[in-house]
Amino acid sequence: MSVSHPMPAASPIAATPFRPTGPLMGVLPLAIGIVVAVLLHVILPGFVGPYYSRIVIDIGIAIILAVSLNIVNGMTGQFSIGHAGFMTVGGYTAGLITYYGSYFIWGTLGKHGVFLGTGEWLFAASCIVGGLVAAGAGYIVGLPSLRLRGDYLAIVTLGFGEILRVVLQQTGKVLDDGAAIRAAGWSQWLPPPVGGAIGFDGIPKYTNLFWVYTFVTITVVVAYRLKHSSLGRAMISVREDEIAAQAMGVNIARQKVLAFVMAAFFAGVAGGLFAHERGVIISPKDAGFQRSFDYVIMTVLGGRGSISGVTLAAIILTALPELLRDFEQYRLIVFALLLIVMMIVRPQGLFGIHEIWHFWRRRSR
Amino acid sequence: MHHPPPAFFSRSAHMVWLGVFLAICSSGCNGTKADPTEIVIGHYGSMTGSEATFGESTDNGIKLAVEEINAIGGINGKKIRLITYDDKGDAREAGTAVTRLVTKDRVVAVIGEVASGLSLAGAPVCQENGVPMISPSSTNPKVTKVGDLIFRVCFIDPFQGSVCAKFARESEKLKASKAAILTDQASPYSVGLQEEFEKAFAALGGTVVSKQTYQAGDQDFSAQLTAIRGAEPDVIFVPGYYTDVGNIALQAKKLGINTALLGGDGWDSSKLGEIGGKALDGCFYSNHYSHQDPSDRVQDFIKKYNAKHKQTPDGLAALGYDAARILFQSMQSAKSLGGADLAAELAKTKNFDGVTGRISIDADRNAVKPAVILEMKDGEPHFVTTIQPGE
Repeated sequence: MSVSHPMPAASPIAATPFRPTGPLMGVLPLAIGIVVAVLLHVILPGFVGPYYSRIVIDIGIAIILAVSLNIVNGMTGQFSIGHAGFMTVGGYTAGLITYYGSYFIWGTLGKHGVFLGTGEWLFAASCIVGGLVAAGAGYIVGLPSLRLRGDYLAIVTLGFGEILRVVLQQTGKVLDDGAAIRAAGWSQWLPPPVGGAIGFDGIPKYTNLFWVYTFVTITVVVAYRLKHSSLGRAMISVREDEIAAQAMGVNIARQKVLAFVMAAFFAGVAGGLFAHERGVIISPKDAGFQRSFDYVIMTVLGGRGSISGVTLAAIILTALPELLRDFEQYRLIVFALLLIVMMIVRPQGLFGIHEIWHFWRRRSR
Repeated sequence: MHHPPPAFFSRSAHMVWLGVFLAICSSGCNGTKADPTEIVIGHYGSMTGSEATFGESTDNGIKLAVEEINAIGGINGKKIRLITYDDKGDAREAGTAVTRLVTKDRVVAVIGEVASGLSLAGAPVCQENGVPMISPSSTNPKVTKVGDLIFRVCFIDPFQGSVCAKFARESEKLKASKAAILTDQASPYSVGLQEEFEKAFAALGGTVVSKQTYQAGDQDFSAQLTAIRGAEPDVIFVPGYYTDVGNIALQAKKLGINTALLGGDGWDSSKLGEIGGKALDGCFYSNHYSHQDPSDRVQDFIKKYNAKHKQTPDGLAALGYDAARILFQSMQSAKSLGGADLAAELAKTKNFDGVTGRISIDADRNAVKPAVILEMKDGEPHFVTTIQPGE
């Protein structure tokens, strides 16, 4: 991501322009994030046990999805409700690579190597490839957004997720041993054997705290730098007023497609992490609009374009249903009530268009 | 007004992140203490969502079994405590719920899930943590292949498919040589059963003349039914869930199709008759048990269930009850309640006299047991015959 030259304070959000203060400024947040990810991976499971570690993993995946969706819904002001579709594209692609790739590389199915071993690098690469394939899908879905806006665009993105769901249901059975894979002819590879309606089971479970929080760091840093770059400001100007933005020389079409492609990339990466998570089977159902809505709620609750707000919303909305388990079947009612109260009290979202530290500074003055 | 640059990891941001993590940790660092006078077992199921009745029926069945065993003093003097978690019919939630059961609540065994897709999500977690899991009603063969701690007390799709095919081919009521199939392609259960039926029907010398699909929740089936009518089948196999089946039956009658419909245990609900009514007359389905079965074990169960939950138990409730009772029987005779000992004892289950028939666990940890065929008359299922395994 290119860092911009300082811009005159024209954007409505940019009371505080981003100023790199040294060569380390770009790398430092990433480095700190990765160190935190290593520490989480090493310390957290022993400290809180597998159950809470798992929730922290789920939170990380939700953060990636919500922060990336925020690029489209929050920063560029488009309304996408097909984010889970991109996630599923990435998840299936990554799963195909690690599941069948493991067989072709090592001759065995299942997990290979230890922490940071070869298997995990294959997994990380597969997540990125999943992200790239999802980005391609994002480009295709982004194209109609040149002509459509508002509700109509929402319907296109909704349709994308639903089409994907039906297509995935038509796929064949997962080939579950070496003999079946060797014997498979072309007709069995197209469409790829990813399990049909029951889902893609047997994907090696590589996802751990380290990889999740490494990708969380990358996503958050990229989103943050984007927001304070010329590209991000152009996106925000599209959100605020398309005509004015066009008059100022912003290429609206390019900004919208770019937003879709970037959001889809990170959603695809998150899909890869999701598909490789223990106790998860990625299935066509995941591409449906219900899961997409989970992330739309996070962006709305967090505030338009507020990265810290959306991150906090992702944390709260993922952890809350688990913490409410003691309410048994009433927990979803309690959960929905909390959302309604929240929206009445703060319709602009947790932080509105601001970041969390803006509030802090204001108070400390 | 001029702000300093927003530092990404400024002190204030640090404090916030730290606070968030501490909040999450502190809410959860208190592990459950084991009470030496009780044995904890877990159940995960869809208590909310589109398949809510599945989880609820199963849970009611398990609760009844738990109440009974506690009334006679529990197991070796220890009371049973059941923890039930909702998974919303979602695979990720199922994985989380099972992780909580086996690692935080430290249950000795897990019962669940109804849907095979969700059992497949939960089973590896149980297997890795050395906790036996019994699925009351997941019929997909893959479920118990996860590992040596995963069991089930229902029959599997290949058996149910062959029962349906055998009944269609050989019973006096149908004598079908041509079958049409209408599958819910969104449901793994429906697809699995369809494949097995097709195989078995062909093996018995029948031909499948038309294969159509729909999606759960569809309202209009006239296109598929018209195509099926054109193929003139002797029987139409509809391995779907009760809501869609009811609608399909109504629309088939409207199109003048008088061919019998045939289905699997997904039909089993009191709602089926309410939706389909007279249109279902002369249609058949295979099931785990019939509440009209006059035998004492079934009638006793129905009486007790009715007294506690004020409704007639469906097949899922009966299976939940049987799963819990098989688990308790194994607990009583097991050397210890450790995962391996308990699993070894579960694997020995032979001719267990359950509500859903005599249950034996085979080498693949699947239940070997009979299926019943029911016929719909005036919106009520009536017992036709029992088909034994290996017949």
